[in-house]
Amino acid sequence: MTQAFRRAKGGRIDRSRTLSFSFDGKSYAGHPGDTLASALLANGVHLVGRSFKYHRPRGILTAGSEEPNALVGVGRDDAHYTPNLRAPQVELYDGLVSESQNRSPSLTRDYAAINDVFWRFIPSGFYYKTFMWPKKAWTKFFEPRIREMAGLGRSPKTPDAARYAQRFAHCDVLVVGAGPAGIAAALSAAKTGARVILCDEQAEPGGALLAEPDAMIDGVSAAQWLQGALAQLAAHKNVRVLPRTIAFGYFPHNLIGLAQSLTDHEGERDDAKPRGRLWQVRAGEVIIAAGAIERPLVFPDNDRPGIMLAEAARIYLERYGVLPGQRALIFTAHDGAYRTALALHRAGCEIAGIVDLRPKADGPWVEAARQAGLEVHAAATVTATRGRLRLTGATIAPIKGGSAIEVACDTLLMSGGFTPSVHLFSQSRGKLVFDATLDAFLPGAPAEACRVVGSAAGLASLQEALESGAEAGGGGTRHQAANAPVAQGGFIGVVPYHGDPGAVRAFLDYQNDVTAKDVMLALREGMQSVEHVKRFTTNGMASDQGKLSNMNALAIMSAVLHKPVPAIGTTTFRMPYTPVPFGYFAGYARGELFEPARRTAIDGWAAAQGAVFEDVGLWKRARYFPRGAEDMHKAVARECAAVRQGVGIFDASTLGKIEVVGPDAAEFLNRMYINAWTKLAPGKLRYGILLREDGFIIDDGVIGRISDTRFHVTTTTGGAARVLGMMEDYLQTEFPELNVWLTSTTEQYAVIAVQGPKARAVVAPLVEGADLSAEALPHMSMVECRVAGVPARLFRVSFTGELGFEINVPADYGQAVWEALMACGQPHGITPYGTETMHVLRAEKGYIIVGQETDGTVTPDDVGYGGMIGKAKPDFVGKRALARKAFAAQTNRKQLVGLLTDDPALLLDEGAQIVADPTQPKPMTMLGHITSSYWSETLGRSIALALLRDGRARTGERLHVPQHDGTARVTVVSPVFYDPEGARLNG
Amino acid sequence: MLLIPCPYCGPRPEIEFAYGGEAHVVRAADPRQVDDAGWTEFLYFRNNPRGDHAERWRHAFGCGRFFNVKRNTYTDQIEASYRIGETRP
Repeated sequence: MTQAFRRAKGGRIDRSRTLSFSFDGKSYAGHPGDTLASALLANGVHLVGRSFKYHRPRGILTAGSEEPNALVGVGRDDAHYTPNLRAPQVELYDGLVSESQNRSPSLTRDYAAINDVFWRFIPSGFYYKTFMWPKKAWTKFFEPRIREMAGLGRSPKTPDAARYAQRFAHCDVLVVGAGPAGIAAALSAAKTGARVILCDEQAEPGGALLAEPDAMIDGVSAAQWLQGALAQLAAHKNVRVLPRTIAFGYFPHNLIGLAQSLTDHEGERDDAKPRGRLWQVRAGEVIIAAGAIERPLVFPDNDRPGIMLAEAARIYLERYGVLPGQRALIFTAHDGAYRTALALHRAGCEIAGIVDLRPKADGPWVEAARQAGLEVHAAATVTATRGRLRLTGATIAPIKGGSAIEVACDTLLMSGGFTPSVHLFSQSRGKLVFDATLDAFLPGAPAEACRVVGSAAGLASLQEALESGAEAGGGGTRHQAANAPVAQGGFIGVVPYHGDPGAVRAFLDYQNDVTAKDVMLALREGMQSVEHVKRFTTNGMASDQGKLSNMNALAIMSAVLHKPVPAIGTTTFRMPYTPVPFGYFAGYARGELFEPARRTAIDGWAAAQGAVFEDVGLWKRARYFPRGAEDMHKAVARECAAVRQGVGIFDASTLGKIEVVGPDAAEFLNRMYINAWTKLAPGKLRYGILLREDGFIIDDGVIGRISDTRFHVTTTTGGAARVLGMMEDYLQTEFPELNVWLTSTTEQYAVIAVQGPKARAVVAPLVEGADLSAEALPHMSMVECRVAGVPARLFRVSFTGELGFEINVPADYGQAVWEALMACGQPHGITPYGTETMHVLRAEKGYIIVGQETDGTVTPDDVGYGGMIGKAKPDFVGKRALARKAFAAQTNRKQLVGLLTDDPALLLDEGAQIVADPTQPKPMTMLGHITSSYWSETLGRSIALALLRDGRARTGERLHVPQHDGTARVTVVSPVFYDPEGARLNG
Repeated sequence: MLLIPCPYCGPRPEIEFAYGGEAHVVRAADPRQVDDAGWTEFLYFRNNPRGDHAERWRHAFGCGRFFNVKRNTYTDQIEASYRIGETRP
């Protein structure tokens, strides 16, 4: 429990409290203000993970969200477990449970490290060339093994216990990043009165200022200035500061996705509180102050635990009071590492030397190091490192060659300079411009209303960062930085190392285990484009998206291809900037809230009766009402018999309903539906068919004329919204001269179908104000009356082929009227039936279901409804398309027919194909397919509907239907199997 | 997510709208006067430009009105929105 590498003072941690946490089962101590990474380092733990492919021991490399190595799983149990968290971003809390990943059985003994021994045989792309033989071995052997090895981290096995919130927000200025530039921008923007949101990925806003002991801003220390600035922002009522919030995506029209962590740092999470919140912020202007990311140097074995970025080491020292080791070698091409060396030296860490790649190491930083007695090796390089689970030493050699020296060190701190974080700007589709002096891509012309400030724009000094932020904010504020000398330099590509390039591994992309050699191999294999090299090597394809590796990879390509970096270009940055848990995106849409369920007024009654439901679109529909131990087959047979012989009752409320009203209502329907409507008298019904403009059936339904100017249109259950949208489209854009109003009334009416020879006897006693006799209310007519005391539109209509009524009543009265009908029907044996029985009964009558007998390529004539077309009408939607010669030329269109199997007990498979000759070699000539297939209790045999080429002319023909269990012999018949004269309908 | 200026309601997020395809595809007042090739063109052929595009949107979860938008398909920037029947700016 000792924190051997924690200094006695310094940093922003609270030493008065000690937190206990565990890593791989071992307990350690840390303090509030620590991250998991800083606390591990304080305990001298560098080895935190195994690499993805070679399973090499890896240590903490960075102090930020770009961390590629220290990926950990955190959580006390699976319901609270998150894999692949970056240790420098995990705030420490008491009792934190964490584990390393990608190792078995332990970090120090990992069996898969065998991959590292055989590294020469598994270069980039090896899996494209290996595993090819024998063919079967891929699915049986290789793939399962590779799947086991692949992937990082462990998926939790139980559902996420957390809940997640989501919020929309609007602001005038969104500032991304609360470093010096971002804070200056927010202060400046706030002064103008703008609504400002300032977000930062860290727990504490401040960015670089959190590790800045020397600089003065506006006459006070950086820390004091930061405190004052945050207090000022907090006092502005128009400013919202969001810590722990990652701006992960930049979407069109300045919509920024933010992921705000709310309770991850609170220890034992309270599941009642949301864990995180997804923000969708629409910003007038976005100011990107995302900072810059330090680059590793690419040299042999640059991935041993103990090798770290120089600026990261300085942050651990200044912000957390942690020393990275006892003896550090510095390897750099940038002044910043000198600052780290000096700070560590002052803090008591031995400096084994400073190796500077630059030919002339000079300038104030170098001078300061020399004055402090640190040894500077100019124009030198590191050619090798040693140590397995921890660095033990390195070899230094002059770049131009000559005698190498071995130094002992437990830490190597490297700096290749800084890469501006242009990810968000690039996501906004802004152009990147290569700056040859900085060796960096910088933001160029923006595509959205956004500006980039501070080191994200390539500005190196604190003064420039503050100025650029203040200017972007537009408030005319000014700041003065002092004692903050600028640090310069940088290097991209592979450093000179004097070795055989084929024999060393210098890592570019730590997370995906991509080496410099892999990129060269990709180029040898003929890849030229950066996008191809990326995919071949997987460089930059890990969850850090190449934050550390992209520039070095480009420099290698540039050197091998003899092309300047801008000619090679850079890969596209995509969201998310850092990984965001799926829960943030799911938000509230989980469980019952994932998709709304639509329920009818009679749903509760049906559920109480034990109905089995099915999903039809979002609707829950009663499929059948089993009695006792009945299965579906038995229940449906009983329900069918009840309707044919007595009376059944059915909830048809889900039918789409549109009220079409206005002086031009009939003319509007004339132009929409294929049928003629002008002469339909009030009180009459007609079955209407709706086509798309291309002539194919899109919907159907019974339409009632309530009065000269009012129609009650019904649509299919699934088509209601589509049909209303289509009607609105034509009314608004093609026929605006028509005076018509459209109103969706689907949810306003409960619709109760009472069907069967005894239907009239059940309904009539409850009706006031209407005569239900066949003479007064014949088939396909309607009347407005009262049913069970409730105002109703009573339709004499049938989708079963029996005498039937559909009673439309206000939805709130639906269940009451249903129950009244049930009571009235009791003496007649009234039987509730579901959608399955409805399907069987309509199929016996050859009534089509749009979407089952039609598939978007079926015309009215194809299903035998050509006669319904209003011949005298000059135009309706789809008419001109049907008149095309292309249709007339087709003599063998698929037409609706009935099929009867030779074996009356055999049920055909819906979707099965129909052929004339089952012995024909494959591919057989397919004549059509089965659209509906049921057991008909009424006929005591199976029936099927089918779409068959030239089907009506084939009546009587014998054909074959190959099925999964043998070929069925069938005879083509009329699609109307039952009561073709319609005598029962008109009873 | 686009911010779409509905000419009736003002700027609203894209989730409130339904896309309606290319704008200014004229349905002939008397389709019988159009030959098969012309009708096929009307039914099936649409422009797919990289750049300026006039397209229809419906404020489905708002006022319900159809209107036209001039949008650059490459930058996604919307130059104008205008009512049905108004000429393309």
